[in-house]
Amino acid sequence: MSIVDVEGLKYKYPDTDKLVLDDISFKVEKGEFIGLIGRNTAGKSSLCFALSGLIPHFFKGAYGGKVLIDGAEIKQHDMGEIAANIGLVFENPFSQMTGSKYSVYEEIAFGLENIGIEREKMISRIDESLELLDITAIKDNNPFDLSGGQMQRVAIASVIAMRPDVLILDEPTSQLDPQGSAEVFKVVENLTNEGITIIMAEHKMEKVSQYADKVLLLDNGKIIDYDTPANVFSRDDLLEFGIAAPVVTRVAKALGIKDAQSGEYPVTLAEISRENW
Amino acid sequence: MTELKIDSLHFSYTSDARVLKGIDLRLNDKTTAIVGQNGAGKTTFVKLLKGLLQPDEGVITLNGQDTKDSTAANLAKYVGMVFQNPNDQIFKNKVVNEVMFGPLNLGRNERDSRDKALAALKKVGLEHRSGNNPYDLSLSERKMISIASVLAMDTDVVIFDEPTMGQDFAGKETIKDIISELRNHGKLVLCILHDMDFAAEVFERAIVFNQGKVLLDGPSREVFANKMVLEQAFLEQPQVMQVAQAFGLEGSYLTEDELIERLKG
Repeated sequence: MSIVDVEGLKYKYPDTDKLVLDDISFKVEKGEFIGLIGRNTAGKSSLCFALSGLIPHFFKGAYGGKVLIDGAEIKQHDMGEIAANIGLVFENPFSQMTGSKYSVYEEIAFGLENIGIEREKMISRIDESLELLDITAIKDNNPFDLSGGQMQRVAIASVIAMRPDVLILDEPTSQLDPQGSAEVFKVVENLTNEGITIIMAEHKMEKVSQYADKVLLLDNGKIIDYDTPANVFSRDDLLEFGIAAPVVTRVAKALGIKDAQSGEYPVTLAEISRENW
Repeated sequence: MTELKIDSLHFSYTSDARVLKGIDLRLNDKTTAIVGQNGAGKTTFVKLLKGLLQPDEGVITLNGQDTKDSTAANLAKYVGMVFQNPNDQIFKNKVVNEVMFGPLNLGRNERDSRDKALAALKKVGLEHRSGNNPYDLSLSERKMISIASVLAMDTDVVIFDEPTMGQDFAGKETIKDIISELRNHGKLVLCILHDMDFAAEVFERAIVFNQGKVLLDGPSREVFANKMVLEQAFLEQPQVMQVAQAFGLEGSYLTEDELIERLKG
């Protein structure tokens, strides 16, 4: 059984006419890292909301089809049950802060308190998350006194501490410096080794091609492609969907450098170093 | 010509941590990118230029005038700044009113302000949203609204704090066009960026901040070729440079087209 199984998902927000998710079907296996790409307004955030239950439990509107996580249908379970298994990191970390806690440490504890984790376990998970995101030094700061980049790290740490089976991240590195975003990708990749399934919406195609097992390309609420990074980024019509392939792929295309056997263009730097061009 | 002159600038928020430790810079009407890791002092630096913070030590002059002698309100006529988080900037309940607020505040009349606002909204591609509530828009659209608000004020100095945050390919192209238009109008454009590719491709000059100091300052072509200094500042080279090196090329390449031409030739 696939950990994520979406069948014919359709959704439109209240008081709107357009389907933002239009007959979406795909499966994700346990421990996979899925990169969710597409132009702004393609439906990436809405899909993140639908996978984490905010659609249809928080955002009402018209809903059709099914989202099954670990065999359980999202629509049939309430947010409390869903939150124990599925974590969502918002695009804007400001939206993630509870506003009821005065320190980063307490902020990260909030979710764990809510699902009734015992004290000892909470402390070790919080310390581990602080360490992973390199924010131990600011654990006593007020979450609202942090920079955008620091707040984004706290948002990610607070969800990782929950140890969800499925972790959904909506552009989690938008405010981070290059080193910070590289660290987040490494942290997330390590989580897949623990069997955590990752679905991440992201505009940094170089990172998606390097880390994702598969890429889901959305446009206008529909799935355009769902395949390996090499196959998706080798498409000739990417620009029509508002996507520019990684620089390495664009350069390789211009020069006609591709793998003789698979017919795919290189999508990471490591591949081009291997090429005998 | 607009010139910002910064001499021996020091600043700290609290007594125990110095954020800026002596910045000396001359900024003129070239386009300049400021890069550096989170916490390097970039945002603090531009807030000082805009008069939102006051230096502990050192002097900032705009066209020879010490900015200390102006109020932030007065300085707003000359220095516009797009905040990193649009939610820190936006406060009106209608997009057009938000964008009109700046020009109105600078003393322009209603009609002129509306024209300026609509022209600015057109530049960011959000003319059709002028009647919406900014908070009904997506984060990337709100970022564009905050850019339009500053463009509408038509200031001599335009500062952007991470304008590409959350933007897709088309959004980045729009911002690219806005920056070259500002440059063609002789504006001083200063931009904080985490996107090294965008910085290398669009800006003539690059300044590397590290721990409250300027680590390197020069033409983009030289700065982004300096792998050692970038690494010292915990930054990476633009993808184009990394791809060039993977192909075994030496030299500095700022755009994909430059690299492709070299590889073809």
